[in-house]
Formats: sequence, C-alpha cells, structure tokens
Amino acid sequence: MDEKEYIARRVAKELHDGDVVNLGIGLPTMVANFIPEDIEITLQSENGFLGMGPVPEKGDEDPYLVNAGGIHVTVNPGGVFFDSAESFLIIRGGHVNATVLGALEVDEKGNLANWMVPGKMVPGMGGAMDLVTGAKKVIVAMNHTAKGNHKILKQCTLPLTAVNAVDLIITEMGVMEVSDKGIVLKEINPEFTVEQVQAATGATLIIAEDLKPIEI
Amino acid sequence: MNKLISVEEAVNMIQDGMTIMVGGFLGCRNPYVLVDALVAKGVKDITLIANDTSFPEIGIGKLIVNKQVKKLISSHIGTNKETGNQMNSGELEVELVPQGTLAERIRAAGAGLGGVLTPTGLGTIVAEGKDIITVDGREYLLEKPLRADIALIVGAKVDKKGNVRYKKATRNFNPLMATAADIVIVEADEIVEVGEIDPDDVMTPGIFVNYIVGGNA
Repeated sequence: MDEKEYIARRVAKELHDGDVVNLGIGLPTMVANFIPEDIEITLQSENGFLGMGPVPEKGDEDPYLVNAGGIHVTVNPGGVFFDSAESFLIIRGGHVNATVLGALEVDEKGNLANWMVPGKMVPGMGGAMDLVTGAKKVIVAMNHTAKGNHKILKQCTLPLTAVNAVDLIITEMGVMEVSDKGIVLKEINPEFTVEQVQAATGATLIIAEDLKPIEI
Repeated sequence: MNKLISVEEAVNMIQDGMTIMVGGFLGCRNPYVLVDALVAKGVKDITLIANDTSFPEIGIGKLIVNKQVKKLISSHIGTNKETGNQMNSGELEVELVPQGTLAERIRAAGAGLGGVLTPTGLGTIVAEGKDIITVDGREYLLEKPLRADIALIVGAKVDKKGNVRYKKATRNFNPLMATAADIVIVEADEIVEVGEIDPDDVMTPGIFVNYIVGGNA
C-alpha cells in the first residue's frame, strides 16, 4: 500500500456516523474512498453543496457540477446546493465536524501554514482559512517530511493559515495530537521506531504512555 | 420594463477602469458570453472581484491573460499561472481574501452593513492593517464591504422580470454579487416568460437584476 493510501485509510477512522466533513484537494480527497461502510458521512464542498458524491464516469460529467478543485463530481441523493455565503456559514459557524487538509508546515502550537511560499508559490488561501478556523476538528493529513525536510516544527516559518487550529496530524509515520503541552505521538506505524519518528520531526514529541501501533 | 438587451449593449456599459464582480467558481461557470465580449472589446484597467481567476482559457481567466485587469480581489489564483506571473512582475495588484470573507464582504455591501466581524485570518497576514474588535471576550477582524460598478452573473433559468434560478454548484457568488453592484447583468442559459419559474424556486429576485442577456448553454 502506498503512503498516501495508508494515511487516507487512517484518517477515515477518525470520522463518525453523521459527521459533516470537508476534504481538501489531493490526499485528503482520497479519504472518501475509505469511509467505513457502517457509518454515514455527509461531504461538504465549499463551492456550495452538501452530499458530494464520487467522480462520474467519463462522458457523464455535468457542466454545472464541480468540486472545490474544479473537478467534475456527482451529488448523492439528499444533497443540497446553496450559495457561497451559506457554504461558509456552514464552515465558519462550526457546522462542519471535521476538515481534513494538507500542510506545508504545522507546529507544536497547532499553527498551520499551507497557503503560500513567499516569492515561490502563492495560490491563495481559497477556503482554507475559514475551514481551519470554523471546523470543530482540524486534521492535517500529509507526508511526515518533504524531501527529507521537517514539516512538523517547533514554530512555523511560512505565513500562517491560522493560529492554534490543528487538532490532529496523521502521517505515514504516526498519529499525533496537538495538546497544550506540545505534540503527542499517540500511534506509530510499526515499520518505524519512535527514534525515527522523532528524527523526522522538528519539534520534541511527547510520547503517549499508551502509544499504540496504527491500525488501518 | 424591458430588461432584455444584446451582448453588445451590455458590454457598452462597461468602461475602462470600472470595478466589476463576476460570478463563478473555477470557471464553473462564469458568464462566458459576456466575458468573451469584454475580452473582444478590450476593456482595460479593470478592478476584478471574483472568487478565483479560473483557468487561462476559460471564462475570466482570459481577462487576466489578455492583461485587462489592473487590480484583482480574489481568494484563489493557483489555477491560472498567468495571474501569478503578472502579480510577481508587478503588472497586477492582487488582494487575496479568504473565500468566506469574500462572500461576507460582498453580502455586507448588498445588505447595507458597514462590514462583518470574522475570526478568519486572525494571526495571519490577512489581519495586517485591519481593526481587531473584541466581542464578549473573543477577537474578530473587521472586514469591510465590497461593492462594484457592475456585476456580471450567470443563471440557468431567468424570466423576463430578471428572477433567476441557478443550477447545482453554479450558484456560488452569483446571488451575493447581484445585490452589491450599481448595475447587475445576468447572462441566462435560458430566458423564460414571467410565471414560468415557481416563486418558491427563485433564488435571486428580479428586483436585483437590471439587464438580461442570452447565453449559449
């Protein structure tokens, strides 16, 4: 199994029956493929609907229906469309149970940077700032490092998306909770040692007393 | 009151230097016919307010490629490389606004409000230069209203009074922009007689719409 699928499968286990969930573009989108069959999740798309379904068969694309990444998708029975103000009322107002998104950097205060690298890449924040501010639970799903460079840091160096916003970080190495005391390693991929995870992390990890192996 | 006009008449209202809002989300959809006519006319020095700058070949993406925009107020520019290029070269001034804040700033203008208070952007560069207001112990950013000279919106079904029904994910910013500009022009995929849209199904009341042009759905 590749790392992205491993991460997506573990993220899916964080979701609960009845949750309204917003999935970011890329790896987070894959989470939809691994939602346990015995729970019902409603996916929110920030361009203005609830009940997002999978990508249609080729040739069945609806010109009026894309996701927030501009990709043609479908809508499930019971889905609802609305305008951008209502969409962000849902997001900012605390009506989204969980949002899953990628990061360039996360730090031990739960600060998140994922929308620009000055002078290099400035795509804009889109809906990310509202999502991490308003969602009840913010899950960062990403590779633990970028080409060997730390992404989980003591302090973010890039412009922030939000302050003190991240609740959980899930990577191919482990599951980490952001607490008042710092980042707690709660679960570890059995293919790695605690020392290896720490070496790949730019902040000092607090190792949970009941550290468990990741199960997916 | 006849609101039906030609595309040419619509575009003739749009002059160099105006502030224009355009509905759509990553090109799904923009008022393609009106935007193409703007490109053909070559209106320049536009201040453009839109969620994003689409893709280079689609809808308002073309306005950027054609260098008709002087200032852009938008939440996302990553799908149109030309926007970033012109921003980096200094040709285009870009104000990036969180998407939910952009929606609320436009809504505030249309609703006659002096702004909105949002927690989004606190502690980030979005907060620079803005007032922080504390309400019941919680901090919020004061975000000011956004108005335009002209709003170009797009509806799936529009009756001759200008009542608009949108379809699926293409509602996005259109109903908000329809309330926040001096002149509102809707591009209709389909124009129908008054009464053909059930009042329960009207999403933008015709009182907000000044003119209607036919689209090419």
